Amino acid sequence: MELTHYLLLAAALFSLGLYGVASRPNAVGLLASIELMANAVNLNLVAFSRFQGQQTGQIFALFATAITVAEVVVGLALVIVLFRSRGDVRLDLAKELKG
Amino acid sequence: MISILETVGFYSVAIVILYSGFRVVTTRNLVHTVLWLGMVLGSTAVVFLMLSAPFLAAIQIILYTGGILTLMLFGVMLTHRDYGFTTVPNDSRTQLQAAVLGVFTFGVLAFGILATPNLPSQPAAVPNTQKLGEAFLTEHVLAFEVLSLLLLAAVLGAIVLARKQDPQVDGEVDGPRIPSRRVGQPQKG
Repeated sequence: MELTHYLLLAAALFSLGLYGVASRPNAVGLLASIELMANAVNLNLVAFSRFQGQQTGQIFALFATAITVAEVVVGLALVIVLFRSRGDVRLDLAKELKG
Repeated sequence: MISILETVGFYSVAIVILYSGFRVVTTRNLVHTVLWLGMVLGSTAVVFLMLSAPFLAAIQIILYTGGILTLMLFGVMLTHRDYGFTTVPNDSRTQLQAAVLGVFTFGVLAFGILATPNLPSQPAAVPNTQKLGEAFLTEHVLAFEVLSLLLLAAVLGAIVLARKQDPQVDGEVDGPRIPSRRVGQPQKG
């Protein structure tokens, strides 16, 4: 398998995630789409690490994984706060801060 | 023989990943969305194994399918009281715009990948997990320690955000509160 195949797979996954982020009105669905995008980035890093024969890509992917976990934790806490203050988690209806 | 097996395996896993990813962004039932996400993340662990990164594959399964999926299921069940967990889709105009955005992004990325000259086509010698661990604790030790601080901050932040505000403990909160519509709970204070 050439590197190009892995990169194209990651690009497709990233675009799917972007579509989800732009189209999902629900906060939890949005977080899932962000996970897709982060996963695609990790795939890219590991593929480059494999084909360049360097370990830095894998180390970077590990750091990225840990940061993604922290992001999901805080994101879900925000979702719960949103639910507590509004009664739903629809992001298209949460426009209190809109001028 | 090996290379044919590898090709077949890669395309099978790729199809599973892309179909599951498509279901993640289109399924209206949120629990199903999270489960399809688990499918994507698990299949990505298989790709990591094919890329000779067994440690990352294990981390992927432990952290994502073990931790994040459970968390997200908790998130769904804490914030959706109707048992169908179905969500309202956006209007078709927004969906069309999002689809155009996604297709355009994929086009740009694919063009960039295919137009890049001299991408390596042969896998190189790969570092093993022992080398990874040594690099973590020597070359990248500062980032490693900063990361532990970040995780601590995230945990504290999540607790502070998600806990209930208790007037007896917190005293009167300064300024106007967010008008709370706590569903199914009597208002406190």
